[in-house]
This record gives sequence, C-alpha cells and structure tokens, in this order.
Amino acid sequence: MSGLLAGKRLLITGVITDASIAFSAAKIAQEQGATVVLTGFGRLSLVERIAKRLPEPAPVIELDVTNEEHLAGLADKVREHVDGLDGVVHSIGFAPPSCLGGGFLDAPWEDVATAVHVSTYSYKSLAKAALPLMSSGGSIVGLTFDATSAWPVYDWMGVAKAGLESASRYLALHLGKQGIRSNLVAAGPLRTIAAKSIPGFEQFEDAWAERAPLGWDLYDTAAAGKAICALLSDWFPATTGEVVHVDGGYHAIGA
Amino acid sequence: MATRAEITSGLGEILEEVAGVNPDDVAEEKSFTDDLDVDSLSMVEVVVAAEEKFGVKIPDNEVQNLKTVGDAVNYIEANH
Ligand SMILES: NC(=O)c1ccc[n+]([C@@H]2O[C@H](COP(=O)([O-])OP(=O)(O)OC[C@H]3O[C@@H](n4cnc5c(N)ncnc54)[C@H](O)[C@@H]3O)[C@@H](O)[C@H]2O)c1
Repeated sequence: MSGLLAGKRLLITGVITDASIAFSAAKIAQEQGATVVLTGFGRLSLVERIAKRLPEPAPVIELDVTNEEHLAGLADKVREHVDGLDGVVHSIGFAPPSCLGGGFLDAPWEDVATAVHVSTYSYKSLAKAALPLMSSGGSIVGLTFDATSAWPVYDWMGVAKAGLESASRYLALHLGKQGIRSNLVAAGPLRTIAAKSIPGFEQFEDAWAERAPLGWDLYDTAAAGKAICALLSDWFPATTGEVVHVDGGYHAIGA
Repeated sequence: MATRAEITSGLGEILEEVAGVNPDDVAEEKSFTDDLDVDSLSMVEVVVAAEEKFGVKIPDNEVQNLKTVGDAVNYIEANH
C-alpha cells in the first residue's frame, strides 16, 4: 500500500452526510492508504448508508461524545477492527438553536453548557477515550471556525470554538510526552448540515468568496479533508498546538 | 425504468423504514413535513436511500424543492 497515510489506522468521527467534512477526510485518507474506522451519532442508519459510499466501506461505531458509557467502551469497540490507532479526527459540533443566530444575550446556561460539552470538552473526551490505542504516538485533528474574532450569528458556537482552540493547545501540552500531536484545521464556511442549521450563516458566505485571496467554494470539503490528512501524516512531525487555516486566505486579509 | 406508481411505492417503503411512516399514508399530494411528519434529518436519509434505490443523484439545491411525494416522484422519474 502506498500513499501519504499508508498503513495508518484512523478513527474518524463526524460523518453524517457525504457533504460532511469528515466524509471528505475519510475518503482522502483511504485513497492515501489508511484504514478508517468511523463513529456515528444519532442517526446510525444514515451514517452506515454514507459509510458505504467511501472507496472502502468503513465500519461504524456508535459514539455520542457526551455519553460516558460510549466513551468508556470506545477503545474495545475500535479494537474489533484495528489493533491500535495512529490518528483520530474530531469533526463534531453542536449548539442548541438559542445559542446561534443572534440570541447571544439571551441563551440560557443549560444550552450554552450543551454547546460547550459537545463542541469543546468532547475534544478532550475523545482523545482520552482513544489514548489506550495510541501507545506509539499519533496525531489528533479537530475542526474549528476561526475563533479569534466575533462573527455575526455564530454566537456561543464561537465561544465554544475559542474553547476548542485552547483545549487543543492544552492537549498538545499534556500528550506531547507520549508523542501525540494535537492540531486544528480552521475551515472557511461549507454547506454542511451543521452549517445549514445556523440561521443567517449565508451572511458571510458571499463575503468569503469575494475577499479570500484564493477565492472560496462553499461545497469543496476536499481542501479541509486534505489538510486533515496532511496533519494526520508523518509530514508534520514537529507541529502541535497549531491551527492551520483552510479558508482561501480569508483570515489574512483586513478588509 | 420504474413507473410513477412503482416510484411512489418505493418511496413508501423508504419512508416506512427511515421515518416510520405508514406506507398507506404515502400519496403524491402528501407533504413530507406537514402531512407525513418527516423531520429534516430523516428527509436527508430518505434522499440518500432514494438515490440508492433509483440510481439517481438528488443534489442539495433540488432537495429544497421536493415538498411533496409527487415532487420527488417527478424528479426521480425525470432523472433516473
Ligand atoms: N461547515 C462549516 O462551515 C464549518 C467551518 C469550520 C468548521 N466546521 C466544523 O467542522 C466540524 C464538522 O462539521 P461539518 O460542517 O462537517 O457538519 P456535519 O453536520 O456534517 O458534521 C457535524 C457532526 O457532528 C456530529 N455530532 C453532533 N453532536 C454529536 C455528539 N453529541 N456526539 C457525536 N457526534 C456529534 C454530527 O452527528 C455530525 O456528524 C464541526 O466541528 C464544525 O463546527 C464547520
């Protein structure tokens, strides 16, 4: 087997449709020689149908990242398919409707807590659950939406992402000794289920396409997928705690 | 080539499996959301299952236009 990820064993979360960023990452990873195990949340039957659309049909393990039992049983379930892991992808985000779309001042704590539990804390939970399988080091990659500034309508999801970016740095700190890297890909806006559930998200889509030096395609998840695979590969051996922007260069431009 | 009746009954099977809809309720004039109570994620799965069953590709921007069972039958009939 040849390719950037030849022989790598990967656990990829977050596939729900073939527009999911995780689907693109899984597809490219397989094309590059990796063995992929997926996890799915909620609508497992849908995830299983989508898993069959990969070049190699991938097994799907149920995982709600807020469910302690699922997390505790994850390593054993993964072992049924592979004998260890070289990489883990966290491609998970959720916030209740009150947290998005302009209701920043009114969102109740319980809803914000859910957003942070699913979108921020779970990055650590997933890493910890996979740790027993990563005895020879590895790479953990998550997805953020650049949280260094405030965006219209993104509201508490933005706060959760700022937390995620910090959590990734702390994971880099705490897992570095074990040879495990933690990095994030900051993707520009993509028309996935998660994005479509944010009222008003279209607002910055046009601006993105106009302002990004390289332009921006709202349907092209492959750019993010490739960056995820690069970070999972052996070609970023000394990079951890980093955020790689895959946004057409938008973040670099002032106006 | 499946006939309209075959497509409708095929969609009925999918709706039953994916969203627990009684196949007897499935008729061309029925709205997925208002009459059959299909939520948005179920609708996504209905589309995926229909793509597989009928060998069509139903792009995202089309899915928004598929309000009734008849709309879906029209699209599948024209594109499969
Ligand atoms: N689409 C964008 O514009 C964009 C931009 C930057 C970053 N991101 C991030 O990319 C990641 C993937 O999102 P996507 O855009 O591919 O959308 P998506 O809707 O395809 O994926 C989101 C995934 O999160 C999963 N999920 C939600 N709650 C969960 C839980 N409790 N346990 C386990 N999984 C759960 C869903 O099942 C789904 O698979 C998210 O972190 C998102 O914030 C998206």
